[in-house]
Amino acid sequence: MQKIGLLIETNADGVKPALNGVITAARGPEHELYGLVFDGKGAAYTDELQDYGIHKIVNVQSAEGLLSWNPDNWARAIVQVMEQLGINILLGLTTSQTKDVFPRIAAILDAPLLLDCIGVDLETLTAEKSQYSGKTVATFKLRGAHYLFGIRPNVITAHPAPVTAEVLSLQAQIGDASLRVEAVKKDYAGTMDLSEAQIIIAGGRGMQNGENYRILHECADVLGAAVGASRVAVDAGWVPHSMQVGQTGTTVSPILYIACGISGSVQHFAGMKTSGVLVAINTDPQAAMMQHCDYGIVGDLFNIVPLLTRQLKTTLNPE
Amino acid sequence: MKIYVCVKHVPDTAAKITIIANNQIDEKVTFIINPYDENAIEAAAGLKKQVADAEIVAVTLGKAAAESTLQSALAMGADRGLFVHSDYHPDSLVTARALKAAIELDGKPDIIFSGNESIDSEGFQTMFRLGAALKVPVASNVVAFKMEGRFVTVECKMDAGSIGVIRMPLPCIVGAGKALNKPRYPTLPDIMKARKKPIRTITLDSLDLDSPAGSMEVVELRPAFEKRRGKIIGGPPEKAVQELVELLRAEAKVI
Ligand SMILES: Cc1cc2nc3c(=O)[nH]c(=O)nc-3n(C[C@H](O)[C@H](O)[C@H](O)COP(=O)(O)OP(=O)(O)OC[C@H]3O[C@@H](n4cnc5c(N)ncnc54)[C@H](O)[C@@H]3O)c2cc1C
Ligand SMILES: Nc1ncnc2c1ncn2[C@@H]1O[C@H](COP(=O)(O)O)[C@@H](O)[C@H]1O
Repeated sequence: MQKIGLLIETNADGVKPALNGVITAARGPEHELYGLVFDGKGAAYTDELQDYGIHKIVNVQSAEGLLSWNPDNWARAIVQVMEQLGINILLGLTTSQTKDVFPRIAAILDAPLLLDCIGVDLETLTAEKSQYSGKTVATFKLRGAHYLFGIRPNVITAHPAPVTAEVLSLQAQIGDASLRVEAVKKDYAGTMDLSEAQIIIAGGRGMQNGENYRILHECADVLGAAVGASRVAVDAGWVPHSMQVGQTGTTVSPILYIACGISGSVQHFAGMKTSGVLVAINTDPQAAMMQHCDYGIVGDLFNIVPLLTRQLKTTLNPE
Repeated sequence: MKIYVCVKHVPDTAAKITIIANNQIDEKVTFIINPYDENAIEAAAGLKKQVADAEIVAVTLGKAAAESTLQSALAMGADRGLFVHSDYHPDSLVTARALKAAIELDGKPDIIFSGNESIDSEGFQTMFRLGAALKVPVASNVVAFKMEGRFVTVECKMDAGSIGVIRMPLPCIVGAGKALNKPRYPTLPDIMKARKKPIRTITLDSLDLDSPAGSMEVVELRPAFEKRRGKIIGGPPEKAVQELVELLRAEAKVI
């Protein structure tokens, strides 16, 4: 029996939906899946987690109770849980949180770690990931006593495989943390995280100013999408860096990416190349984004985007 | 105060990548200093202005050509270079061990800056391994930095527009995010002056490192193919948009 741990990330609506793909990838005939939950609400997630094949839901706590966010404490707690339960493979989504916790665990265990994987094979302990600005795909072979993988959200299609899950609690002995988290504050009003969004509509230099992003937000509201941007828009101060997609911004892989007034530089593609369906709206038919899209409309985004919003409203909410 | 900055020599993002021997790239392309490491240097240069007696040492592990990245770091404000010369590209478990050994051989760091990620291998981890090896705290994806006495307060970008405020004692490692600062463009005099700054070279072999408990090896590298439909929808805008929505629904099935 291979014991596999999954870091269960949650939001206000419950388990992050993109995790279902990761759980799907973790399953195997001889695999026992442990979902590690930090907010103490493991029992409440039972239905969602057992539907995709999690066998044991582990509420991870300290002697004092819940472990509030501290990447150092979380890493040490997970290492203890892995040791207590005999887990030697750990998976999660590639999010800011895993990027902060998994490398700490890998460092403690002196174990190999691959983040932002676009495919993983737990039988051969190999995984694929993009390298060199998305221009290549590398297959890695991992060796060691423990293995850690972070999967890029939305790249693995989720399939339910119901089991009956059991809920347990484990207490980790947390000593003194090497660092203190003084506060967690909101940077901007958005609540949807770009990297996990199923649909993204993004604007570039063609948007002309920050104000104009309103038309993207209106379209996003109809689609339940998040709004992204190119670096030009960020550098010009139109939108915050947290909205930047690309090499030096966020890497995303939504099922639908709509690029408005974005030329399609190598560095922008580096951050969204593995998106499912790519739509380009651009005045220039020669733009790289137009040349490498699934569907393109040559036209002025200020004309096309509001029309698109209206059409989506009638198609998606017919009344 | 001794400030170390880890910088990596990486292919330019715009470079055309050619795969050789099934798992490597042809390195006859333009290489640059890793863009995040420019933010790390900039943060170090900013800190040097605030504290007395500070020295910035840029450290890299790489093949012979990586010396040019040390030159870039020197032009951007580092005072000295520390070059761990290697004839292959080790994984991050070995890299972190080597950086630790080289830094300890060179001096006693008060603070180490690194980038948040290297844009070629996109590991997101070398600084955490270095921190564990040196037994010092690490914060990464840092977008704001402040030092008061022997304590550092940083803001780290988290998910969904949240920022974590972290306080840690020196010595520590700070992984620079892109939003931390705007790296300077070195002027011609900066570049000329950099040529006169000292670089100390150590070979990876001479460091006599213990072997890690695990490893990561690229067994195959292939070009990323893009299979896109490439359908350009013409006609009047209203009709084109109508057709697009229909295609997204019926053909692509994504809405
Ligand atoms: C080290 C490095 C890292 C980088 N990292 C990133 C990154 O993370 N993300 C990123 O995006 N870039 C990044 N860049 C920058 C990148 O090289 C490009 O400069 C940038 O992506 C271009 O942004 P853009 O497409 O919005 O602008 P442009 O290239 O100027 O394109 C604007 C497009 O809008 C179209 N347009 C104009 N008006 C309209 C209109 N009214 N309607 C419709 N279309 C219109 C134009 O035809 C054009 O195609 C990086 C560069 C470097 C060197
Ligand atoms: N070979 C190297 N030499 C010096 N610093 C490195 C090297 N590799 C990685 N680093 C540092 O570690 C950071 C993260 O790299 P990575 O873990 O590869 O994403 C980089 O931004 C550098 O600051």
